[in-house]
Amino acid sequence: MTTTDRCPVAFPLRRPGQSFPPPEYQDFRKQDGLVRTTLPSGVHVWLVTRHEDVRTVLTDPRISSNPSHPGFPRAAKTGGVPSQDEVPGWFVALDPPEHGRFRKTLIPEFTVRKVREMRPAIQQIVDERIDAMLAAGNTADLIADFALSVPSLVISSLLGVPNADRDFFETKTRVLVTLTSTDEQRQAASMALLRYLNRLITIKQKRPGDDLISQLLAEGTLSKQELSGVSMLLLIAGHETTANNIGLGVVTLLSNPRWIGDERAVEELLRYYSVADLVAFRVAVEDVEIGGQLIKAGEGIIPLVAAANHDGTVFDRPDEFDPSRSARSHVAFGYGVHQCLGQNLVRVEMDIAYRTLFERIPTLELAVPVEELPLKYDGVLYGLHALPVRW
Amino acid sequence: MVHISVDTERCVGAGQCVLSAPDVFDQDDSGIVLVLEEPADEPGREAARQAGLICPSQAITVKES
Repeated sequence: MTTTDRCPVAFPLRRPGQSFPPPEYQDFRKQDGLVRTTLPSGVHVWLVTRHEDVRTVLTDPRISSNPSHPGFPRAAKTGGVPSQDEVPGWFVALDPPEHGRFRKTLIPEFTVRKVREMRPAIQQIVDERIDAMLAAGNTADLIADFALSVPSLVISSLLGVPNADRDFFETKTRVLVTLTSTDEQRQAASMALLRYLNRLITIKQKRPGDDLISQLLAEGTLSKQELSGVSMLLLIAGHETTANNIGLGVVTLLSNPRWIGDERAVEELLRYYSVADLVAFRVAVEDVEIGGQLIKAGEGIIPLVAAANHDGTVFDRPDEFDPSRSARSHVAFGYGVHQCLGQNLVRVEMDIAYRTLFERIPTLELAVPVEELPLKYDGVLYGLHALPVRW
Repeated sequence: MVHISVDTERCVGAGQCVLSAPDVFDQDDSGIVLVLEEPADEPGREAARQAGLICPSQAITVKES
């Protein structure tokens, strides 16, 4: 067992010009024990990079997702996690058994079958976005015009959030997922989203629609306050992450066209990019040994899913994009009880987006050299700020 | 042969098993795992084993017999 502190490394490991996942992850995986680092706020945390260790951290009952525990890495400039006092219903910040009530209320809406039934509606949204791009000329920013707008329209129509308010919630979300946002900016954005959803829920109490918020109101298992937090979580998680996946995937498929239309490409892209590398924050509530490292109660832990998904002991030639491999054991959606609720929706959105885009615009190409694409070095989520294309 | 047992209390309805082995697993109306039938051939058994390995809540046990 290793108990001595290592020389802390700078974190997050995002800087212009650097490849992703950060090459340091490879060294971290090889080290005995875990890697100690200091967040910009000065808080010490343990970084977990091996696939097996990441899965252990995400399932061990002595490790908590709840930021109200002392020592939780609530660091500024790394996204942060709101507590139940700040955002009631933000159930990814709850442990079992409290977490189960929220999860069980929502899973019927995100089953493989339910998501399959959404395919025609998603196809229509994708087709309409492509119609609009084609009508506007022969160039586009594929992030703004497609990769972001598709999942944004899908989740807002599922929840019953008016399309007209897309600009508002996309802008506020961007503040929350930008590493350089201040705590004040982050809190203001979060409060604005909560106020907005609270008002929307009040409207739906009076005028219910055919949407998930109205349905959850009718079921009555969540309080109005909790429903605001749940809606905020689904709205944010439902568009930003998928947008980054769609954008990065288009770039990769443009240079690997033989995989276009092959559903295995979606699973491999999820593994390969692991855009939510910096999303899971945890704290030990008892002393626990992970990967030969003693973690004391009250110490913060960050399991890095991109590091786990590039672990060469699980994935052969991990830094190659190879959809023929079996990528299904990736942890891009996390692992344990918090594994992404919307993962089946993400898969379907990516699949329809790629198939339709390349079928309808077969001459699609990058409008700038690939090295000039603006990567989100300042993002909680990995992705592209813009994706200039032409056809 | 394999024998499959599921813990519906542990299940968190991620649906990974349905994607891995659609002939073996399904989700009921509340999203919780159902075993449709035990796999009869080796590809089916292998898919069921994979479902057991990747289940996020470790709710699936595949016993070799």
